[in-house]
Amino acid sequence: MANSFTRILSSKRNVGILSLVGAGSLTAGFLLKREHVTAGANVRRVYPASAEYPDLRKHNNCMASHLTPAIYAKLVDKATPNGYTLDEAIQTGVDNPGHPFIKTVGMVAGDEESYEVFADLLNPVIKERHNGYDPETMTHPTDLDSSKLTSGQFDERYVLSSRVRTGRSIRGLSLPPACTRAERREVERVVVDALAGLKGDLAGKYYSLTNMTEQEQQQLIDDHFLFDKPVSPLLTCSGMARDWPDARGIWHNNTKTFLIWINEEDHTRVISMEKGGNMKRVFDRFCAGLKEVERLIQEKGWEFMWNERLGYILTCPSNLGTGLRAGVHVKLPRLSKDPRFAKILDNLRLQKRGTGGVDTAAVGSTFDISNLDRLGQSEVQLVQTVVDGVNYLIECEKKLEKGQDIKVPPPNRKFRW
Amino acid sequence: MPFGNTHNALKMKFTSSEEYPDLSKHNNHMAKVLTPAIYERLRSKQTPSGFTLDDVIQTGVDNPGHPFIMTVGCVAGDEETYEVFKELLDPIIMDRHGGYKPTDKHKTDLNPANLKGGDDLDPNYVLSSRVRTGRSIRGFCLPPHCSRGERRAVEKMSVEALDSLSGDLKGKYYALKNMTDAEQQQLIDDHFLFDKPVSPLLLASGMARDWPDGRGIWHNDTKTFLVWVNEEDHLRVISMQKGGNMKEVFNRFCTGLKKIETLFKEKGTSFMWNEHLGYVLTCPSNLGTGLRAGVHVKIPNMSKHAKFEEVLKRLRLQKRGTGGVDTAAVGGTFDISNADRLGFSEVELVQMVVDGVKLLIEMEKKLEKGQSIDDLMPAQK
Repeated sequence: MANSFTRILSSKRNVGILSLVGAGSLTAGFLLKREHVTAGANVRRVYPASAEYPDLRKHNNCMASHLTPAIYAKLVDKATPNGYTLDEAIQTGVDNPGHPFIKTVGMVAGDEESYEVFADLLNPVIKERHNGYDPETMTHPTDLDSSKLTSGQFDERYVLSSRVRTGRSIRGLSLPPACTRAERREVERVVVDALAGLKGDLAGKYYSLTNMTEQEQQQLIDDHFLFDKPVSPLLTCSGMARDWPDARGIWHNNTKTFLIWINEEDHTRVISMEKGGNMKRVFDRFCAGLKEVERLIQEKGWEFMWNERLGYILTCPSNLGTGLRAGVHVKLPRLSKDPRFAKILDNLRLQKRGTGGVDTAAVGSTFDISNLDRLGQSEVQLVQTVVDGVNYLIECEKKLEKGQDIKVPPPNRKFRW
Repeated sequence: MPFGNTHNALKMKFTSSEEYPDLSKHNNHMAKVLTPAIYERLRSKQTPSGFTLDDVIQTGVDNPGHPFIMTVGCVAGDEETYEVFKELLDPIIMDRHGGYKPTDKHKTDLNPANLKGGDDLDPNYVLSSRVRTGRSIRGFCLPPHCSRGERRAVEKMSVEALDSLSGDLKGKYYALKNMTDAEQQQLIDDHFLFDKPVSPLLLASGMARDWPDGRGIWHNDTKTFLVWVNEEDHLRVISMQKGGNMKEVFNRFCTGLKKIETLFKEKGTSFMWNEHLGYVLTCPSNLGTGLRAGVHVKIPNMSKHAKFEEVLKRLRLQKRGTGGVDTAAVGGTFDISNADRLGFSEVELVQMVVDGVKLLIEMEKKLEKGQSIDDLMPAQK
């Protein structure tokens, strides 16, 4: 009796069998054979790629824009050496169709090799997200020499605080969407060990989320340091919140100007921040701290994930390259009401956010202004862009205060590939 | 992740104690049973479809539980999960299902003629009657583990089977992703529409992946027989109507289920069932009959009585608010249903509800008249 089900089973094209040794034993690997699926009791039914291809018709994210049925069919049977698969990488984008106005990335990496094994999908996604940067032909410059930064002191009548953040991944361990509990605990151990070696104004203390006292928790909340289990389905659907709060924690130096998150969305997120407008000092500490942490992990035989095509490797393709967001909280009551504000920001390669971070609204015309770009320009270049841009915005604000007119700056073409 | 089973090989590079979850703050059935020794013995195993121990327990690791409510903390990804991981699941089943042993046999009885009475629950008190269960299609992975292709195949087979129902069971399927606004509003008004789960207990198991692909609702034209496709289980089957005629509800329930089962058999498959665990479903709490038979009943006096909980316990019944599990009762109207799922047949469980609700109504009437209910107190069933 041929019904649609048996038709699926007998389809000849693109069929693979996931053939595992019977229940109760470990498989050292699995065999993929291109032959008809049988409906035998011990074989998982495997459907042709066309039957597995996700329904992306209502989707608006970078993954959905580039995952054609052909690319899906080519990649669906592949896995990284750790066993991470395409379906896992795209799950967050399948589960979260996106917003008509905000285009999310819609996929993650489970390990460093994901960017190789799934390059046929990730490269076009990276190209779209990073303004035409082509990982196949271009190289990304890394430059953490903060001495090159100029004019990094803002007018503190306007700039309330300055901050630089990035992420780093420990080579050889899977990323948060895919890591096992043991790997996550290993990341924690490696990083906490290294941080314990920091000295001087970088010396600090680690607070593990599982072991925190109530008092410590309250202090971290008051300092605006504490991160909580993610609630955004964009993050939770990728699997990065599994086993919470096991092996998650926060480290900060005694002066509370250098902060590291462990095992949140990335292995580490590194943050340098201060009240006021001294972006130069913030960036100095950022670079010094990062380099010292790198030196300390290298002493123990570890290193950060990095390559010259993609720069620093992080979970989300949007954070490749520098992974850097340098920003300020700045008061721009007049400029923000000017109809040219959005265009000025865009031409300066800056973005605005509310002071609660991404997706929040501004409060009382105080904005979070930061760099738009992450990949294709170095850390020094991006922070300089922020410095030059914010200085320009303050000049505009001052002009408007005096009733003078402002000019929309020409578009910064450095970032158009 | 449930759908990345090849990953298990990577974990074997680490020792069992390096991988063992931190369950020190946990209070669920899984955490009570999963010792480091059991973890070590089971972590290298997989079911034939690749479901692993960590897949089974992820929801219980991610959801430590509530100090007062004991959740199960694990799920099955396929029928074989209950075999491969029996060392973990048998004690959980025993704890959850009143001492049900690995050697016990479960009796299935879907003959509605065996139900005594049940057609005369006082409609002044009983507002509505409902029986629900779940069914899994043999040969397909369960919602925590299924691929999109499998889920769609389950949907297709189920809809084909349901489309062949006739008479008072004739009905229509509404796929979640294709619903018109008008259809959606009607289903909401009928209280039929289910939405993407928000409970972290469910989400952490992976059963909400790819929503709403492959999900839908089927109901008959008279809106008394309803099937959910690919929510927490392959199928959830519900028979319901206003009033107190539980017998009619159960009749329709059994007839509909048997017809659907026959249709699946014609297509060369069947429901997951065995004589030890009865019907196999995603959550171990729903094994056996998977059956919850219940009424919405007005018992404002009885529910305030000091012995209310004791009476329910003896009758093997549980109370919920009229919004379902975890909701509070409104205006003295309660959802009263059987507490058990496994170790009793469908007929036995519905009988307990029918007899028990009848007694509760008698007690309510006595309390209305200011009389005592002491001589009505039941023995422990």
